[in-house]
Amino acid sequence: MQEIRNYTMNFGPQHPAAHGVLRLIMEMDGETIVRADPHVGLLHRGTEKLAESKPFNQSIGYMDRLDYVSMMCNEHAYVRSIETLLGIEAPERAQYIRTMFDEITRILNHLMWIGSNALDLGAMAVILYAFREREELMDVYEAVSGARMHATYYRPGGVYRDLPEQMSKYRESPWHKGADLKRINSWREGSMLDYLEAFTADFPSKVDEYEELLTTNRIWKQRTVGIGVISPELAQQWGMTGAMLRGSGVEWDLRKKQPYAKYAEMDFDIPVGVNGDCYDRYLVRVEEMRQSNRIIRQCVQWLKANPGPVMVKNFKVAPPSRVEMKEDMEAMIHHFKLFTEGYCVPAGETYCAVEAPKGEFGCYLVSDGANKPFRVHLRAPGFAHLSSMDTIVRGHMLADVVAMIGTYDLVFGEVDR
Amino acid sequence: MTDTPKTSLATQLIARFGDTLSISTVRNETVAELAAADLIAVATALRDEPAFRFSELIDLCGIDYLGYGQTEWDTETVSGTGFSRGVEGEAQGRFDWAGRPRGGNRPRRFAAVIQLLSLEHNRRLRLRVFCADDSLPMVPSLTLVWPGVNWFEREAFDLYGIIFDGHPDLRRILTDYGFVGHPFRKDFPLIGNVEVRYDPLQKRVIYEPVSIEPRVLVPRTIRDDADLMQAKAEAADHWREN
Repeated sequence: MQEIRNYTMNFGPQHPAAHGVLRLIMEMDGETIVRADPHVGLLHRGTEKLAESKPFNQSIGYMDRLDYVSMMCNEHAYVRSIETLLGIEAPERAQYIRTMFDEITRILNHLMWIGSNALDLGAMAVILYAFREREELMDVYEAVSGARMHATYYRPGGVYRDLPEQMSKYRESPWHKGADLKRINSWREGSMLDYLEAFTADFPSKVDEYEELLTTNRIWKQRTVGIGVISPELAQQWGMTGAMLRGSGVEWDLRKKQPYAKYAEMDFDIPVGVNGDCYDRYLVRVEEMRQSNRIIRQCVQWLKANPGPVMVKNFKVAPPSRVEMKEDMEAMIHHFKLFTEGYCVPAGETYCAVEAPKGEFGCYLVSDGANKPFRVHLRAPGFAHLSSMDTIVRGHMLADVVAMIGTYDLVFGEVDR
Repeated sequence: MTDTPKTSLATQLIARFGDTLSISTVRNETVAELAAADLIAVATALRDEPAFRFSELIDLCGIDYLGYGQTEWDTETVSGTGFSRGVEGEAQGRFDWAGRPRGGNRPRRFAAVIQLLSLEHNRRLRLRVFCADDSLPMVPSLTLVWPGVNWFEREAFDLYGIIFDGHPDLRRILTDYGFVGHPFRKDFPLIGNVEVRYDPLQKRVIYEPVSIEPRVLVPRTIRDDADLMQAKAEAADHWREN
């Protein structure tokens, strides 16, 4: 009899379905996976070590670059841990703004996920539609912070500045003019909140469009139903959080269970799956987009009705305004000290987590009383999820590994840090 | 999350484990320090016993306490003698490999910090295990209690050189293949040791000693938080006035 041996296959790091720089070494028996060994760290930048050599505020921008499709949620965890150690709390309006932007970020993330996951599994069209709405929300990021992705908008004690009164408009070009230009600028006549209101009124019908393409699609179901089944027990053993845990039927969401910002005041539901397979996690994430839309609407209403400060009035933490600086010597000194030395955070340690779109994103912060953190550890949901890869894909076919990478919603900025 | 003193996690832990754990609760966060030898037994009990049910291990990370509380810029004697502008120090980013701080052995330098989460009771707990030996930091592996800790332990090993006894596959995870040293240790230079580039003559990627200079823009300063207290009081006044 002929001797047949398993062979080893290399997948990535330069592979479009590897979602960045995942390298997988797989031992295969024919087309069946016997063992999968993910190699990560190709995008390791030592964010945590860099943060130790900089004043606290200078690391906020690094947080955007961890999970670079859910930027503000990462900032939120970091900023919240600093606030906890300082013992300060952001003003109410800032809390609402954070809640709103966390949900905008969740939609941004899920749009990226639904597009790329569908693309991995052979559905080309979804990503084109998803990026249409993503672009609209990116404009909101840009309006509020000046940057489309890496916003550095949240600060300890609030947010960098209040919401803008106007949105940027498209200018006339050979491709957009006359009635067409008027149409694409129709949402942009009022303030940013008006723009968001128009977006939220429109968005549910867009989610229907994605569902139209996928939910009952025969090929989509063949690729996802019954694939990568994770039992609730298994999910907890492997430290899974977010949609990975909810897809397995565990009703766990930090926004409900350990509310932060203004989630306690929001009216929304937590979708859970039944079977714990890729299809259920897909359904959970699609429903999360609809729920996020609801939360944004509630925030927009509140923010329209309640103007107020968006930053604590504490010059040891937050800079004074330019006007104050020019009239008041003390404000000038505060500004100078804050930007040359930063603020000292009382000695202590804390762990603060937020429900990021991918799961629990936590920040463990240790301070020894200095103006720089002594140790920052960032708990990335994707890191815990990916570690379960070997256990879950054993016995699956090679193509299912791609479905799994998609359903984990991996971004290597956060896995490798 | 609103525990009465009787049902609080700290009380339950003291009742169950006694002197094995030294427990403190700050800002509603419970921290338990324990010896490496007790870790497995305590972890198993925390996972299985109905009073605790910490079914998820959320996070494990290493920490290096070398240089904890050291400052580069003395602000205490300011009023008497004026500022010293020369910054001296060995803090993060100021040294290269040759000039790294040595002999800074302090007792209990390395620790592994574990964050647990109980879905059933909606509670968190932090465990801290100090490594007895500085030169060979060792902690028992929790992979048999929570399999999900596998990569977190690999990460702590990679970055801090903490050895997890009983780990099935303790390889480096985040650093490069063939990397030397444990980069997150406080005596490892921020600029690193080697840099990589493509050499057109040899037609391959080569490693060279790092050429950048260590540079830090902001000195590490520790100030009394009286400043902050005062600012808080001022802020409160401000709100009352307006």
